[in-house]
This record gives sequence, C-alpha cells and structure tokens, in this order.
Amino acid sequence: MQINLTVNGKARKTDVEDRTLLVDYLRENLRLTGTHVGCDTSSCGACTVHLDGVAVKSCTLLAAQADGCSVTTIEGLAQLNTNGTIGQLHPLQEGFKECHGLQCGFCTPGMIMTAADLLKRNPSPSEHDIREALEGNICRCTGYHNIVKAIQWAADHTAAPLLADHHVWTNEVAVTV
Amino acid sequence: MTNFFKKMSNKFIGQSIKRVEDKRFITGKGRYTDDIVLPGMLHAHFVRSPYAHARVVSIDMTEAQAMPGVIAIYTGDDVKDLNGVPCGWQVNFRNGETMREPKHPMLIATGDTAKHAGDPVAIVIAESKAIATDAAESVQIEWDELPAVANPAEALKPGAPKVHEQFPDNTAFDWSLGNPIEEVDAAMAAAAHVTTLEFVNQRVVPNAMEPRAYIGAYDEVSDKYTLYTSTQNPHLIRLLMCAFVLGIPEHKVRVVGPDVGGGFGSKIYHYTEEALVTWASKQLSQPVKWTSDRSEAFLLDAHGRDHVTKAEMGFDADGNVMGLRIKTVANMGAYLSTFAPAVPTYLHGTLLQGLYVTPKINIDMTCVFTHTVAVDAYRGAGRPEATYLLERLMDLAALEMGRDPAELRFQNFIPKFDGVTEPGYQTQVALQYDSGDYHPVLERGLEMLGYADFRAAQKEAAKTNKLLGVGFSTYVEACGIAPSAVVGALGARAGLYESAQVRVQPTGKVSVFTGSHSHGQGHETTFVQVVADKLGIPMEDVDLVHGDSDALAFGMGTYGSRSLAVGGSAIIKSIDKVLEKGAKIAAHKLECAEGDLEYAEGKWTVKGTDKSIGFGDVALTAYVPHVYPAGLEPGLDFSSFYDPANFTYPFGCHIAVVEVDRETGKTTLKRMIAVDDVGNVINPMIVDGQIHGGLAQGIGQAMFEGTIYDENAQLTNGTYMDYCMPRADDLPMFETDRRTTPCPHNPLGVKGAGEAGAIGSTPSVVNAVIDALWSGGHQVKDILMPMTPERVWRAMNN
Repeated sequence: MQINLTVNGKARKTDVEDRTLLVDYLRENLRLTGTHVGCDTSSCGACTVHLDGVAVKSCTLLAAQADGCSVTTIEGLAQLNTNGTIGQLHPLQEGFKECHGLQCGFCTPGMIMTAADLLKRNPSPSEHDIREALEGNICRCTGYHNIVKAIQWAADHTAAPLLADHHVWTNEVAVTV
Repeated sequence: MTNFFKKMSNKFIGQSIKRVEDKRFITGKGRYTDDIVLPGMLHAHFVRSPYAHARVVSIDMTEAQAMPGVIAIYTGDDVKDLNGVPCGWQVNFRNGETMREPKHPMLIATGDTAKHAGDPVAIVIAESKAIATDAAESVQIEWDELPAVANPAEALKPGAPKVHEQFPDNTAFDWSLGNPIEEVDAAMAAAAHVTTLEFVNQRVVPNAMEPRAYIGAYDEVSDKYTLYTSTQNPHLIRLLMCAFVLGIPEHKVRVVGPDVGGGFGSKIYHYTEEALVTWASKQLSQPVKWTSDRSEAFLLDAHGRDHVTKAEMGFDADGNVMGLRIKTVANMGAYLSTFAPAVPTYLHGTLLQGLYVTPKINIDMTCVFTHTVAVDAYRGAGRPEATYLLERLMDLAALEMGRDPAELRFQNFIPKFDGVTEPGYQTQVALQYDSGDYHPVLERGLEMLGYADFRAAQKEAAKTNKLLGVGFSTYVEACGIAPSAVVGALGARAGLYESAQVRVQPTGKVSVFTGSHSHGQGHETTFVQVVADKLGIPMEDVDLVHGDSDALAFGMGTYGSRSLAVGGSAIIKSIDKVLEKGAKIAAHKLECAEGDLEYAEGKWTVKGTDKSIGFGDVALTAYVPHVYPAGLEPGLDFSSFYDPANFTYPFGCHIAVVEVDRETGKTTLKRMIAVDDVGNVINPMIVDGQIHGGLAQGIGQAMFEGTIYDENAQLTNGTYMDYCMPRADDLPMFETDRRTTPCPHNPLGVKGAGEAGAIGSTPSVVNAVIDALWSGGHQVKDILMPMTPERVWRAMNN
C-alpha cells in the first residue's frame, strides 16, 4: 500500500507492505537508523519517535497507521544548517552530552524523544516527574542518574516557549515540501 | 614503576572532559551492526528448539523452501564439518581429570538432541527478514521431548535428567581452593560463633540494549570475509571463528565491531550465529545478516551468576573472623561458553578472602550442566557472587552477635598496604592484592550516611508501618586479569595482554589504535585524554581507532574492567617509544645531546635554554628525513604489547538504605551510597557513570531481576514484559565519592571501574532489607532475590 507522511519536515510517499511497522519503515525504507529496536514487546522505548508531536513507540504501530501524519525522529531534532549539516542541537541533546546522560548510546534517541515530549508538556519537571516520564524507556548503562540530570539541564537551559513550540527545533515548517 | 601522573602535563587527565563520541549518538548517527546495509544483503532467521531437551526426529523443509524469496535453508547435515564454538578456559577436576567439554553443535541435526530451549536446528536465508521469519515458521520439525532440568542443585541428584549422555552425573568439573579442609573444620569447631547462610545467587540476564547482530560478507574475488559483529572483542572473535570453528585462514578475515550497544559480558563470547552467517555468506556469495530479537536474546545470550551455596563464617569471642567454609554448586548451562569455567573458580573462589584477615578458608565448587543456555561472565563475573557471599555473612553475623556491622568490618579489615614500600597482601586463596587501604572507604561511607542519625531514625520508624534498614557491603575485586603466564597456568587458552599502536602522522596529528573495544565506556575520550597529556598536544590532534581487526594487529578486547589498566598501559608503552625516537631527532636538529633535552608542553627544549623544537616539527622531520640522525629509520609509528604484572584490585564501600512497608512487603530503595577506590581516575565523569550503571545492575539483581524456569526448563519470563529490570522510577539519585589508592604496577596507576558498581551493591540492598526486618522484630536470615514484595511480606509473616 502507499503511505504519505511528513518525516523530519520532508514529505514522503512510499509503497510498503501492509504489515510494515513504523519503526521498520523509518529504519529500512528511509534509512533513518537513529531509531532503534531493543525489544519485541513495546517495553524498552528505544524506538520512540514523535507522531504529530506526541511521543509514541514506533514498534507499536504500523506505518499505515501513520499515514497522513508528521513524524519526527532523533535525526530531525537538531536545527539543520542551510547546507543540511547538523546545526544547533536541541537542549536535550546538549544536556545529554553535558551531563553524560549516555554511554553505549543505544537507548539514547528514545530517551531524548521521550524527554522532549515531557518538556513540551511540563517545562520544569521535578525529579519525580522525570523518572515517571521515563518509565517506558529502559537504559542498561547509566542507572538513569545522569539521564535525569540531563533532562533537568535541558529544562534549566531552555526558554519555555522554545520547548513548547517544537517546530522551532525541527524546522518542520521551513523544510516541508 | 614510574607514576606518569607526576610527569605528564595533566591538562586533561583527571578532568571531566565531555565525551567526544556523544555527538553521533545524540543525533542518531551512531552506527550499530543492524544499521549497516550491504549490497545484495540477505537475511537469516533461525529455527530453534521449542523444548529444553528434545531429540530431532525429522525435519521437513518442503513448504519453506518453496516460499518466494527463500534463498537457502541449512540444517545440521550441511554444517557437520564445522566445529562447535570452543571454550576458552580449561579447569581440571580436583583429581586432575580434565573438565568435561561437550561439543557445542552449530545446528542440531536429525537424530541429535537439543540441550536447551533455543538451540538452533536450521538457518533460513531469504531476501528479507520478514520472508526469512515466515519461512522459518513453515519448517516442520518432529520432536521427541525428553525430561529436562534447570536447577543446578537438582541436576546433581540421582536420577536427574542427563544433559549429556556421556556425563551421567551432570558434573562439568569440581574444584577447590584455599586451606586444607581439615584446618578449616578445626577453625570452625573452635569458633565462638558460626554464622551459617544457605542461599541462592540467582541467574540473571545481561540484557545489553542492543540485541546481538551479525553480518557475514564473503568476497569471492579476494577470497576474503568481513564480519560485522556486535562484540566486545573483534580480534578474539576472529581467532576463535577462524582457528576453531570454520577452519578458514585468519589473514583472510576482517572482523569489525562498530558501535556496540552495551555488552556487560554477554558480547565477549563467540556465538554460533556469528560463525554461521560468515559461513553462509560464502555458500551464497552474498552478505547475510542476522539480528537477534529480544526473545531470542533471553534464550541465547549467555546468562550470569546462578549459584546455590552453603557458607559458614566462624568468629572468635572478640568477633575476629577465624574461618570460612563454602560449598557451592554453580550452573554452567548446557555447554561451556568461552570463559565460563573461569567464572565460578578463578574469578570467584580467589576473591573469597574479601577485605578481611581470615586465617582459614576452604572453597568447594561443583560446576554442573543443566538444560539451560550457558552461564558466563556477566558484569563482575564471579566477584559479585564472592562479594554477595562475604557481605551477606558479615552483616548477618553482626546481627546475630549483636555487633555493629561497620565496627565488625573495621575490626577485621586487612591493614593498609601500598604495594610499593611494602609488598602486596597475600591471601589464603592464591591472590596477592596490589594495594589497599580499606578503612577510609567505609569511614567516608558512614559519614555520607550520617550513621548515628540513621540509627535514631530507624528506631523511630520501627514504631510505624514503614521499617527502615541499612545494609553494608565492603568489597575488593580483581580487574585486568593477567599476566598471561599466570592465567595460562590457571587454564586460560588465550593470553590476556593488550596491544596498541601510536601512529604520529607527518603533520604531528596522532592516530591511536587500541585492541580495547568501547561499547559505552568512552574510550574515544579517556584514551585521547591520556595521549594528549602525555604528548602535550591538544585532544583535537588525537584520534582513537578501535574495533577493526584490519586496523590493528591484534587486540584482546574489553571485559573484566581491563581497558585502561591493560589497554591504556599498552598505549603508554607506544608513546614512550615515540618520545624516545623523537628525542633522537630533536637532538639532531638542535645539535645537542639527547640527555640535554627535556620534553614538556609538546616540545623538546635544551635544558636551561630557550632552544626548542615542537612535536609537529619532529614528526615532519621523521617523515621528511633530510636533516636526520645517521642510521635512524624514518617514520614515527610504534606498536606495543603490554602484559601486566598482576591483576588490579579496586575496592570500596556500598551502603543501601531501604524502607519496607510492613503491610505489603514493598521495598523502596531510599538511598544508595558508593565510595569506590578504583586507583587513579582519568575522567571522573565517566568513572561516576560506570559506577552508576553498575549500581543499577546490582540493585536490579537484589530487587527486580531473575530468571524463572518451569519444571520443563522453559524460561517463563523471557521478555521485557516479564523480566523486570530497574526503570527510572525504581531508583534514587546515587550518592558517590572516591578514595584513591594508585595501582602500583601499571604506568597510569589505574585499577578499573567498569564492574565495581555491580559487585558491591547487591548484598548491601539485601542486607538493608534484612536489617529493616530485624528492626521490626523479624529475625530472618535470608530473603531470596529478587526481593519481591511477596517474598519480603512472607519473610515477615511466616
């Protein structure tokens, strides 16, 4: 079947097998391999992306279900320079680096996408809020300590309106065809 | 040995430099094996035994073979000429008999028997992963199911199902260490108090977040193979696969370990799938990829721990430890994995002196086969089991004797020794600790805890429904296992050195090649910090290359917290050679004697003058040797191998504070304090991160994790829905601090930090729950891990 999506600001029209999961579409059809698969039970959150601005586990829905929607992956979170190279990082990306919120990096894209969703809803989360929000994401390296600090760092280093307006960070408007 | 901390510029060493590798991971540009797509790549899926013990009666592939997109299906008959994956460590029976080493078959052939659920029977290769999976489901196998056993103690009982017909008692080997049992028996008989604990150190699953993935690619023109693999040690995989499994020439094989999403031990070992995709790529002249799904990972990745133990610790009337007597049954699984025999023996038995002056120790290990996947090294590998045993005994003994657990430890600690002005400490169980100073870590831990205030709060809490408890654990562990001659004498079938190459480019930029492998540890940052400081050049001028067997001559990889202590030392050796040769070139250019030069801040200076030449100029001269010392070779590029003199011995103190709900048995971890002494520290931020992660895994074993096998040896909690790992809202912020006792025998004075968190934390958490229960009048000795609310409730209500 044919699906039409906007992925990281670009319109995509693709023929996929009906049973294709959104995560497989992103990884295999679009080669956006920053979104990872860590389990087969929708438990680990490594595949988290934003669907119309809301964090979802992309292993849990079919690509067909995302037809007509806008998807943001980790590759679409930083601002891009006009030549397409990575420009200004999202505050969460900065925060994860500043606070050593990642080790092997495998869960990191999902963590960052989940946290971005949290900060949009709650720009000044408490430690408790952050830990609750991460309940659907498993990290085996960090013990979560520095992930919590990274998200606090991002909250502390961002003007609230920026986080609320996700488009500022994804350039969705700017590059939508 | 020279302490380079005093000689280097230390501009970067000791600093929490932000990680160089982070940018690719936070932007989605990391490249893990499953992210790699090669032209013409095919996809594999394995048909596996659904039973823990069953004979293959027949295999019918007719339907699967006819499916569109299916390229090939191979069964045991096709690979009967291949050897099984080998075991890399030989331990002999007490009586000298060689350990029993059953062949680990690549695929279970018709007429043969699967030994654990998930044992592979066929590999289906197709144009897509979906087609391969569909076709695998269409392969019809007739099974004759046989009785199975998963519990190691049950496996030893008469009449237990046999894992291997030729070894009817299911024993892989037995082993003992320490003082003669008669001496230990006498010490225990003379003891004023004996604390006895029978317990299980349960089986846990490493669960690196990236499932294992492999791509085999054979090029018929060059007759060369490339294997992309999510491994902790590419060269070791190449050696094992070429020499022992496939019988292909090593120089025709390149093994690449790209970005690897965690290992924790489970990606050390050479697995059958790795060899089979490599083999199949030659049969088909096309690349073949296999990526494990999580359910397969639970069935096939080597597990950790799984001991059943009776331990007794004897004390004299003053509370001095007089003896330790241990009898343990350790589960090896169905086959002996790469390092498996070393884990319950040389990485466990040898650590059972702990931090204490224990005059008499005897350890009796029986290592058994069961119908389960292999057990091998998992973060800590033997040392967590040893620490759990000792530290549970120590806290329980304090409760039983009415002593303070901290005081009891202070009283029994081995006195301070630095390993330089005085020798290392010789234990009763074969090891000589390199350096140790144990009082300060516990003193600092108590200070952070606010011990006196805690005991007062605990008394108040005992009047309520929320009991408070504190648990202590003071550990010593062994990292950077070496030297090769010693481990060889103990049965290792490999050396345990490391290699490094420092290639100074003509412009003075530096490429460093290491045989260590980073899969989260941050080598691209810490190793570069060391090199930049030692050479006095900016970090931007140094790049680290790892994970590619074609890039570096050899490497032993990363496990056992060895990377910096062993791999870092190899880099230092190469840098020394660079500076030695550089000085010859500098002296020639400056027209002085080498002895008149000193090297600092990236240049050689004639002592007492302002005459100098920079590192970059010397590098250029080495490659454009127009004005050059007679007889000196051009170039500035050195390789080294470093084989350590001894293990390193980090130590520390972990303290857990828990709250236990008397009505529900629910335990909440309120505080986790860790004071670790891992020797000198290159990057405190990264070391703290390693400790945090280890703590979480250790806490996970205490509170959440553990395999559950049914009576048919089926793993009943083999998914993330069923196997409980710590999540963000299960853990508190960790409180960490450090003390520093340098390693006396390596140039950086470092000991290793990768596993310490997982080694010390588990018993502290269990001890804290036991302490809470005692404070409420429930004098229980043990709670089975993981300490679920039900188990804690039953402990209070039985």
